[in-house]
Amino acid sequence: MQQNTPASLRLENGTIFQGKSFGYEKSVAGEVVFNTAMTGYPESLTDPSYSGQILVLTYPLIGNYGVPADQIKNNISMFYESEKIHVRGVIISDYSFEYSHWNAAKSLSDWLKEQKIAGMYGVDTREITRILREQGSMNGCLQMESEAPIPFDDPNAVNQVDVVSCREVIRYGNGSKKVVLVDCGVKHNILRCLLKRDVTILRVPWNYDFSTLQYDGLFISNGPGNPDHCEAAVAHIRAAMNADKPIFGICMGNQLLSKAGGAKIYKLKYGHRGHNQPVRMLNSNRCFITSQNHGFAVDDKTLGSEWEPLFVNMNDGTNEGIRHKSKPFFSAQFHPEASSGPTDTEFLFDNFVELMH
Amino acid sequence: MLLTNDQPTPATTMKMPQKVLLLGSGALKIGEAGEFDYSGSQALKALKEEGIFTILINPNIATVQTSEGVADKIYFLPVTPFFVEKVIRKEKPDAILLAFGGQTALNCGVALYQSGVLEKYNVRVLGTPVQAIIDTEDRELFVRKLDEIQVKTIKSQAVETVEDARRAAAGLGYPVIIRAAYALGGLGSGFCDNEQELDALAEKAFAFSPQVLIEKSLKGWKEIEYEVVRDRFDNCITVCNMENFDPLGIHTGESIVVAPSQTLTNNEYHKLRELAIRIVRHIGIVGECNVQYAFDPDSEDYRVIEVNARLSRSSALASKATGYPLAFVAAKLGLGYGLFDLKNSVTKVTSAFFEPALDYVVCKIPRWDLGKFRGVDRELGSSMKSVGEVMAIGRTFEEALQKGIRMIEQGMHGFVGNRELEIPDIDKALHEPTDKRIFVISKAMRAGYTIDQIHDLTKIDRWFLQRLMHIVHTMQALEQQAIGTPDMDAAGIDPELIRTAKKQGFSDFQIARALGFERFTTPEEAMRIIRQWRKKHGITPVVKQIDTLAAEYPAQTNYLYLTYSGSADDVHYTGDHKSIIVLGSGAYRIGSSVEFDWCGVQALNTIRREGYRSVMINYNPETVSTDYDMCDRLYFEELTFERVMDIIELENPHGVIVSTGGQIPNNLALRLADCHVNILGTSAESIDNAEDRDKFSAMLDRIGVDQPEWSALTNMDDVNAFIRKVGFPVLVRPSYVLSGAAMNVCSNQEELERFLQLAANVSKKHPVVISQFIENAKEVEMDAVAQHGEIIAYAISEHIEYAGVHSGDATIQFPPQKLYVETVRRIKRISRQIARELDISGPFNIQYLARENDIKVIECNLRASRSFPFVSKVLKINLIDLATKVMLGLPVEKPHKSLFDLDYVGVKASQFSFNRLQKADPVLGVDMASTGEVGCIGDDSAAAILTAMLSVGHRIPKHNILLSTGAAKHKADMLDAARLLAKKGYKLFATGGTSRFLTDNGVENTLVYWPSESGQPQALDMLHRKEIDMVVNIPKDLTSGELSNGYKIRRAAIDLNIPLITNARLASAFINAFCTIDMEQIAIKSWDEYK
Repeated sequence: MQQNTPASLRLENGTIFQGKSFGYEKSVAGEVVFNTAMTGYPESLTDPSYSGQILVLTYPLIGNYGVPADQIKNNISMFYESEKIHVRGVIISDYSFEYSHWNAAKSLSDWLKEQKIAGMYGVDTREITRILREQGSMNGCLQMESEAPIPFDDPNAVNQVDVVSCREVIRYGNGSKKVVLVDCGVKHNILRCLLKRDVTILRVPWNYDFSTLQYDGLFISNGPGNPDHCEAAVAHIRAAMNADKPIFGICMGNQLLSKAGGAKIYKLKYGHRGHNQPVRMLNSNRCFITSQNHGFAVDDKTLGSEWEPLFVNMNDGTNEGIRHKSKPFFSAQFHPEASSGPTDTEFLFDNFVELMH
Repeated sequence: MLLTNDQPTPATTMKMPQKVLLLGSGALKIGEAGEFDYSGSQALKALKEEGIFTILINPNIATVQTSEGVADKIYFLPVTPFFVEKVIRKEKPDAILLAFGGQTALNCGVALYQSGVLEKYNVRVLGTPVQAIIDTEDRELFVRKLDEIQVKTIKSQAVETVEDARRAAAGLGYPVIIRAAYALGGLGSGFCDNEQELDALAEKAFAFSPQVLIEKSLKGWKEIEYEVVRDRFDNCITVCNMENFDPLGIHTGESIVVAPSQTLTNNEYHKLRELAIRIVRHIGIVGECNVQYAFDPDSEDYRVIEVNARLSRSSALASKATGYPLAFVAAKLGLGYGLFDLKNSVTKVTSAFFEPALDYVVCKIPRWDLGKFRGVDRELGSSMKSVGEVMAIGRTFEEALQKGIRMIEQGMHGFVGNRELEIPDIDKALHEPTDKRIFVISKAMRAGYTIDQIHDLTKIDRWFLQRLMHIVHTMQALEQQAIGTPDMDAAGIDPELIRTAKKQGFSDFQIARALGFERFTTPEEAMRIIRQWRKKHGITPVVKQIDTLAAEYPAQTNYLYLTYSGSADDVHYTGDHKSIIVLGSGAYRIGSSVEFDWCGVQALNTIRREGYRSVMINYNPETVSTDYDMCDRLYFEELTFERVMDIIELENPHGVIVSTGGQIPNNLALRLADCHVNILGTSAESIDNAEDRDKFSAMLDRIGVDQPEWSALTNMDDVNAFIRKVGFPVLVRPSYVLSGAAMNVCSNQEELERFLQLAANVSKKHPVVISQFIENAKEVEMDAVAQHGEIIAYAISEHIEYAGVHSGDATIQFPPQKLYVETVRRIKRISRQIARELDISGPFNIQYLARENDIKVIECNLRASRSFPFVSKVLKINLIDLATKVMLGLPVEKPHKSLFDLDYVGVKASQFSFNRLQKADPVLGVDMASTGEVGCIGDDSAAAILTAMLSVGHRIPKHNILLSTGAAKHKADMLDAARLLAKKGYKLFATGGTSRFLTDNGVENTLVYWPSESGQPQALDMLHRKEIDMVVNIPKDLTSGELSNGYKIRRAAIDLNIPLITNARLASAFINAFCTIDMEQIAIKSWDEYK
């Protein structure tokens, strides 16, 4: 029952962790990042924002409730955040070879193999996390012992948004308000959150010129990697701002909207990835627990004078959202759509839809 | 909510109170134990930080919160509206905290609110408003409140016909539960899976009652809890969720609990989280609260079971499980702070508004002591019977669970590798769980039951069972490698297999047993061999921190555990030999509870003050000693020899203190010393000389100190021969066991045999000591501290009951009030001799029998005893502080005052929890039975006794008293008290013999009849009609047949909540107290006012 193919994680700083494979047996390289969430591995693995990354889960017991069967209905996955797994590899401490849940169809291991994604268990994930915390996110190789060593690969060198964005315009729903959704790697729960609010979505590729489309509001999605690769999208957003129609951005969307508003983006030492990130709405006593997954952040001191920060991270003071001082444009660095994670800020979708009325 | 950051919010400044009253929870009892010492202490710390003057009412003198410097004023008074109002009148606090003293404080607070007392004295309730508390406590209001926000609760429908019952059941959906309304003891209730079963059962139920309640059955659903925090700005977080291993139907206090939940998907986790927040906002909690759910294992359906609008046992567990100090934060929020104002007290830099991310799993396991109660119902159900709990931390579920099983300290080594239980019917035992449930599962797995079979019978989620099966498989793999030589390398033992076993929490002992070491060597030697071999192969545990953020932020946290699932330590050890390790007292149990936590905390305080690094090892989530603020390093770990040695090897301490944690650390002394560990204070050899009855008695003979005639015996023939010589009753004492088997009186052959069986189970290596029992002797305790054999300070206290009542159950007064001066002098002299002979350096306790001036030593413990906090606080000399200084080798001076200087009296009374222990005979004697105690101070003995008895739940009777005063001797003892009662105008009812005796002596009384007699009035009927305010029932001898008349009367008194006393001397003392002092006359004096 227990498989014993040896594997290892080799980090750029030379550290090596020995473990065992429980996924597809193929060595992979990518950026190693950690996530501190205690639930939601099917959602995380299918989140396109992880494109190019090897994900370390700090919660040690993984696979307990298996994986639900994927069903795509009207171009939306029932249980996942996209059509496939986006991480390059996953690293955990204690894998649950057996699982137990009424809605599970297969084990995490089988799913990884089916999707040809590497996985390793039996390593000190807390120690990996400590190294990444102290020395910053770094590249690494999840290496099968049976294979020849593979080189490191920096996923941020290429435009990961282009890797995961849709290739053509997809239309969803039949709601009274029409939203253009710039797909930088959109999580399907964002689609679900919009659709249940009487919205028609026109999901367009990240660099699509949507100026010819008829719409009531613009949504800029989450997505992987470095936003500086996405100048084309920034230009389209800047153009759209002239129309004064509501704009709402999430995660990468926050960064692209900020860039359109003149701000600069920088890379965080090791990013925010987890379900417990506290944010505070500026000039208020309102605080929210948020789900986050980002490696870059907005330097809100560089925002144009028409803009102001909307949310701030209560742990490290980094920007968590912006808004325009007079126009209906706003964005959040965190994930109001959750999935996985806390649902405290879903009201932002209500705000967006209200602004379109 | 609107996207705006300029909407109105509550005023940011709130008037800070100047003087705050905090209500404690009183004596430890089943369902309300040490967790409230922890939460109260935290709250007081939070207030103190703000410079607020604090007043505490709590008669539990053994707690940390009632220690000097924790609150500004302490009242050892009952937490009842009567006394709290008097304290309010006197102290005039401007605010009160109700949420930190369990249900006792909450109920008292609600009563004070409803009677208008709080308003009258202008006392503001901090935190959750009282109306919100009432909304959660009143079932009907609660259901209505949750209906308002479309949250599902468990509802029952009252019906009066079978047709209506059918309709109701169809609406709810089968299975349903039927209960006959107004019927006690579950008469006419049961489960129905379909309409046919409903028809049959409903008919039966209507035979008992005109009204029947139909409720949806959620048996087998998962039970999930969330701990929620809310500030007055409406910011909400869930600090922790927890999942019960046992499904619904077993009280959460009886269940193994894991945190975080293991079998919930993200969607399920956040669905329940969102509901919890919605509920807490709607109810209007300010502070902390707990939401319990029933959760369908086959869908996302749920019901809210209840909401606790206060700190609870679960919140204490959640605090320890996550490192998030819930009580501390709740107190701050009560003062008006927002969560955003507060810092995470572990990282010190990040916000307190966050939800901890765990990178480990914790497992809580209850500890039961049901073996101590005669006749008790052992089946687990919806009422709580466990007396304590442990929390184990691991990076696999297997590791946490096996650690936890060892921590409960009932002779089990883990999930496997134990002495075989005899289970005649495994199916039945799986289906009807008892306190042995986890071991029944182990047995079933090894007997070939599949996971599905066990799941069907237990409804425990398969995931847990799969994990348990891993342990069984690993055990079997180890057994296949069984060896015949101690050379493990030569035998080809696979290091990977041992590493796997260690990751699954196997102890070296379990491995030794599986590998067959017991065939050729001792367990100690086998463990030594395996340990060395492991180290050679690099199989050692690593130290990890509990930092609330899964290593995301650097945290200088000192909150630690050990695991085999890791490759690097979080802590850097300097090896400076400046650590002093204090071994804690483990799970609360009958015979060892909060008093040893107090001792441990005092030792830590002194160590810190003297410039050493204080290190605590303990695993009890209900304690203050496991609060990471209390020491420089906290290892939330096992107190097994193996784990303690792991930590000693890491810490390289200056020394280890084994004398402040009760019997568990005491028992480790010799083995630690054998490994060259520096035991501070009294030597391990001396400890052994006192613990080993044979050696100890030989020593007493040598120094000419008298003791009851005794013999160390190993077989029944010798026992019987000895008893023929000294006659019954006899005292039976196995070595090295603290309670239950510590000192017991057996008055006949049947009792003797039963007890010896019990004793043999707990102590094989040491013979049983039987000694002559001296009747009608006083029992006297000497608690003292010595340095190099010379007594530095001491306290002599006197039991109110005669010897024969377990010292843990006895009522004790200090200073002694009725001892001859000569007796005291002799006790002092003997104690000095013993201290010198054993070269004691540190705390110790000796128990004496005194009749006339004839003094005999019963036993001697070279460690702090249960009564140390009581005598320290009454005497106002901290004996543990003194003892710790001695153990650190510091110079100490003899205190200037002694017990003869005290102008007041302290009385320690015991709290019993018989009401929770269905069917148990509430009689004292053979085994210790009390779960807690109080200590009250009075200007004289009567005042102190009265206050203490009221504090443990007795009430001054109004009119009618039922007397059955046992044997002739006791009848005579009670005569004065009976006269006093009659004179005070009480109406006495007495059973046959007692009635005759009273009449013969001119005391007016009414004859009532025993259940076995046919006359009228029947005593039992009077109890049921609540016509009796107090029952004095003295058993004739110490035999207690379950079906005897006495048992029925006693049990009825407990079940009907009528105060019961079963000891003649205690009854006399209590009667004398309430007949001579009026409640109104009890002085409302704080601790510091007794000078």
